[in-house]
Amino acid sequence: MKVKVLSYVAAIITILFSTSVFAAAPIKIGALFAVTGPAAFLGEPERNSAKMVIDEINKAGGVKGRKLELVAYDTTGDATKAVQLATKLIKDDKVVAIIGPSTTGETMAVIPVAEKEQIPLISCSAGSKITDPVKKWVFKTAQNDALAVGKIYEYLQKTKQTTVSILTVSDGFGASGREQLKSQAARYGITIVSDDTYGPKDTDMTAQLTKIRGSHSQAIICWGTNPGPAVVAKNARQLGIKTPLFMSHGVSSKKFIELAGEAAEGVRLPSGKVLVCDVLPNSESQKKSLMLFVKDYQKHYKSEGDHFGGHAWDAVMLLKNAIEHGADTPAAIRDQLEKTKNFCGIGGTFTYSPQDHAGLGKDAFVLVEIKNKDWVIVK
Amino acid sequence: MQFDQILQYTLSGLSTGAIYALIGIGFSIIYNATGIINFAQGEFVMLGGLLTLSCLDLLKLPLWAAIPCAVAVSTVVGILFERLAIRPLRHPTPINLVIITIGGSILIRGLAMLVWGKDTHTIPAFSGDAPIAIGGATILPQHIWILAITLIIIMVNKVYFYHTISGKAMRACSYNRRAAGLVGIDVKRMVLFSFIISSAMGSIAGIIVAPLTMTAYDVGVMLGLKGFCAAIIGGMSSGISTVIGGLILGVLESLGAGLISSGYKDAIAFIILLLILFIRPQGLFGKADSERV
Repeated sequence: MKVKVLSYVAAIITILFSTSVFAAAPIKIGALFAVTGPAAFLGEPERNSAKMVIDEINKAGGVKGRKLELVAYDTTGDATKAVQLATKLIKDDKVVAIIGPSTTGETMAVIPVAEKEQIPLISCSAGSKITDPVKKWVFKTAQNDALAVGKIYEYLQKTKQTTVSILTVSDGFGASGREQLKSQAARYGITIVSDDTYGPKDTDMTAQLTKIRGSHSQAIICWGTNPGPAVVAKNARQLGIKTPLFMSHGVSSKKFIELAGEAAEGVRLPSGKVLVCDVLPNSESQKKSLMLFVKDYQKHYKSEGDHFGGHAWDAVMLLKNAIEHGADTPAAIRDQLEKTKNFCGIGGTFTYSPQDHAGLGKDAFVLVEIKNKDWVIVK
Repeated sequence: MQFDQILQYTLSGLSTGAIYALIGIGFSIIYNATGIINFAQGEFVMLGGLLTLSCLDLLKLPLWAAIPCAVAVSTVVGILFERLAIRPLRHPTPINLVIITIGGSILIRGLAMLVWGKDTHTIPAFSGDAPIAIGGATILPQHIWILAITLIIIMVNKVYFYHTISGKAMRACSYNRRAAGLVGIDVKRMVLFSFIISSAMGSIAGIIVAPLTMTAYDVGVMLGLKGFCAAIIGGMSSGISTVIGGLILGVLESLGAGLISSGYKDAIAFIILLLILFIRPQGLFGKADSERV
């Protein structure tokens, strides 16, 4: 009898104990961001945003009573390191999903690991080839370059401009943009009359712009990330070039306006909606998420939230939604992610499907113009 | 149109070249006094720009006060570098010294990254940015500042090296350090002087170029290498040959980017560097055993 009672007590204690352990065990989410190194401008806001949103989810009691735990590593923008750290996240930290990496090169290197180990990967980089063709375990939150290019070309077609000069930076971002600019031109009836590049560390582009001026194109499209495009804008102003200047979404942050100063006036670029969230109409479905993100980021880091941080915010929120739907194993999370419909995030409205792991449409971008040191939506 | 383009390439090239020249002279002065290549030279260029930014933003100084302030602080960094890293070395073989300067440059760059962050910064142009038309080409007022300041610095340099006692003493060191020591010249002090002069010059170069090209913690690497190219073309002279070396480099880069392909801009500089080292290691204008100052 005594033994029986004791065994009951033991059983009850075990159950209590195990459930309490179960409830307390956080769900581990891995993250790979290039916090230092050449891609730090991506990795730093991404890590900050991911940390911020996970802290907030936990403060509000976690997801279905379980806390989330972020295990974030710095890849320094190095693909080899990213692969090692991805393996570490999966084997040692036993994460259920990985957010990142920040650059396309790193993501392409990490994809085989995620596929082999069957862990969902939500990349924060933009390259189209990440989800084209679709890989079972790989999703992404950053807008495709193709969408940004399409946005500019659409506008040019509408305003009947048919000849453009392109000036792209000679790194991964610029090369991918250049490819898209060239391959989509014919579809919009546009001819590229001059095709130039500049180095990521170049400090003077007057030579390229002088050549472009000689080509008499109707528009100039520059594809790069800061600080190059700011130099291009300044040089164009110096040379007195009146041709409309278009930039990529790579410079859609206040930093560009600050760097280019007066020369930024009149520059047009496709941008995620986060930049212009306060001038968006209230009917916009993304507005709530956007305002929340921007205000939060401002509060925590005393700087403006940008769309790079937004990619990480989206990734965490997508995971949160999947976990809310009862998924807590890698396989279940993957299946839930694929069922995501009309999720209003920072980058756009996401709808994943077995055929589409990028999830965004052309409405992810708006074309903005810089006027009086601020953004104005181009109608 | 073709002529206009070439004029524009040349003018752009001259202003970039003037910066290379200033940095190159910094390399030569230290080389002549100590026999080492100071690979931290580019970091003083970076310090000049970023310190000016801090003087403007944090101390709220006007531009005319911020610039001497930034030059002074960079010079102090140069002095500290010489005192703490170069002088205490027990066996100062050239290879040890060169490695120390590389280490120093990485340290300075790392500290700058912590202080100013990884962002690119800009400082306002000295006198507006309304373009000035010359023929069919245009330049900015800042380009004129760059050319004028470079010219003044080169003239001051000339006066210093040929008409003052300490300048002559430095030249003596560059001919023969041992002999200079024997006639009573304090060689170690001359080494310190050389670091003072070149860190000040480097920082001035960084300041006058920052309104055009912007500045960040890592701009020193490329500018340093280009300045080194200029010094090699000039045969490590701290006089006019390095200036011409810098200008040639700037103009060729600009013409190459415009007329051949912009992708090869940096390659042009390094091909010139290699050609000079292979064919005329004494510099473009040097005789085999020319004077170096």
